[in-house]
Amino acid sequence: METRQIQETLQMIDEEHLDIRTITMGISLFDCIDSNVDKACQRIYDKITTKARDLVKVAQDIQMEYGVPIVNKRISVTPIAMVAAAADTDNYVAYAKVLDRAASDLGIDIIGGFSALVQKGYQSGDRKLIASIPEALSETSKVCSSVNIGSTRAGINMDAVAQMGTIVKDIAAIDPLKCMNLVIFANAVEDNPFMAGAFHGVGEADCAINMGISGPGVVKRALEQVKGQPFDVVSETIKKTAFKVTRVGQFVGNIAAKRLNVPFGIVDLSLAPTPAPGDSVAEILEEIGLESVGAPGTTAALALLNDAVKKGGIMACEHVGGLSGAFIPVSEDQGMIKAVQAGKLSLEKLEAMTAVCSVGLDMVAVPGDTTAATISGLLADEAAIGMINNKTTAIRIIPATGQSVGEDINFGGLFGHAPIMAVNQSQPTDFVARGGRIPAPVHSFKN
Amino acid sequence: MKVIITVIGNDKVGIVAAVSQKLADLNINIIDMSQTLMQGNFTMMLVGEISNQQNSFAAIQEQLTQLGTQIDVTIRIQRQELFDAIQKL
Repeated sequence: METRQIQETLQMIDEEHLDIRTITMGISLFDCIDSNVDKACQRIYDKITTKARDLVKVAQDIQMEYGVPIVNKRISVTPIAMVAAAADTDNYVAYAKVLDRAASDLGIDIIGGFSALVQKGYQSGDRKLIASIPEALSETSKVCSSVNIGSTRAGINMDAVAQMGTIVKDIAAIDPLKCMNLVIFANAVEDNPFMAGAFHGVGEADCAINMGISGPGVVKRALEQVKGQPFDVVSETIKKTAFKVTRVGQFVGNIAAKRLNVPFGIVDLSLAPTPAPGDSVAEILEEIGLESVGAPGTTAALALLNDAVKKGGIMACEHVGGLSGAFIPVSEDQGMIKAVQAGKLSLEKLEAMTAVCSVGLDMVAVPGDTTAATISGLLADEAAIGMINNKTTAIRIIPATGQSVGEDINFGGLFGHAPIMAVNQSQPTDFVARGGRIPAPVHSFKN
Repeated sequence: MKVIITVIGNDKVGIVAAVSQKLADLNINIIDMSQTLMQGNFTMMLVGEISNQQNSFAAIQEQLTQLGTQIDVTIRIQRQELFDAIQKL
């Protein structure tokens, strides 16, 4: 091994924030189902704490031995709306509490799967789960919730779109910060290791390890070496860098799976930013040649970035999954925050960007007086982008209760802070009130 | 188990001696090494082999970190496979 390669690797970790963003153990809870809530919760607790008993220790050992930081240790479980559907209760908060307790006892950072999949309609458990979300999130500290309200195959469940606008407002009324624990999806993926949207899909194995890697800083540094060169070179540079970054995920995932004696699921190729300086997706876009993220050209630059990351990463892994692309959460990215504060990035431009990146309107703060109908409208727009483009989209939106445009809401730690963005005040009230289902698009009929 | 040991700090007398003595004490065989000054910084990289498990990896890391503090350099030890995974097809 050449010293130059050793130096490059160390520099990627030390200076450019290459890290394993998350090692997420997916655990199926189907064998914990019971009509008695207490029995079901005991089984859930036992299964999670048995399967993931060594997760934190194994992650810490790998970090020590290989010198690559593993930032988050997480668990995703079968959507609780299915697990609890047979239970003799109308309130699923007990399930959220047992997830929270298991996560705390294991030293896990976050647990996801307080979820429902209602893209085509509700089963009885879905209704109860969604109604329980505000209380469940306010009564727990580590639980994340997600609801899938649309898909390319099923269309968009507009009843759920309307309901989720109200749910977001209900959560914000209790504590706006809890809104960051809820993601509302179209085309949700079943093996996503990233929170808040992770759940362990129905078609997954009993238990699996999924990895999420990160390294926007590494990509930016590589692009600094090719200033002024054509896009062909930009794309090649991103591909090569993404390959190296993703190899770390594949490598660490393999070791972790072996040590935990659990099958290795997938590597999610996403570039996930943090508020730390030099760990920003926005700065990559600016390195490509934009004065600020949000400038005309931003969507094209992001499309190129997202595609090149996938191309580079796919060859580096045995199995690719999850969301795999570039994340553009506003509050978790210094460059995005700066652009919003300077008035250079609007909600509408952000929406356009979500058509070509791997997620949606993520960690976006809006004024506290934003109506439920407006949130539902934003959600419907995002779901439509996902449905038509055959990709995952989502909203994780925070109505900052009592605050307005120009102010700032702080989430603390890895979650950063978000300037409150202006929302179009024109109301979609009657649109949202129609209910029913937007039919699946014509290109969903591929059989 | 092959490991990569990197030593970075201000150049002064005795860094190579101190580090190689410590590695000998820990029964780590040096397979390859290179040393240079980068912009005034002493930079040394060694490939070592830990042949028996008389010391745990954590204990070795702890001792090298302590030595680094004593002689005012940063000493890092990592298993080699990570570097291979990133740099080799």
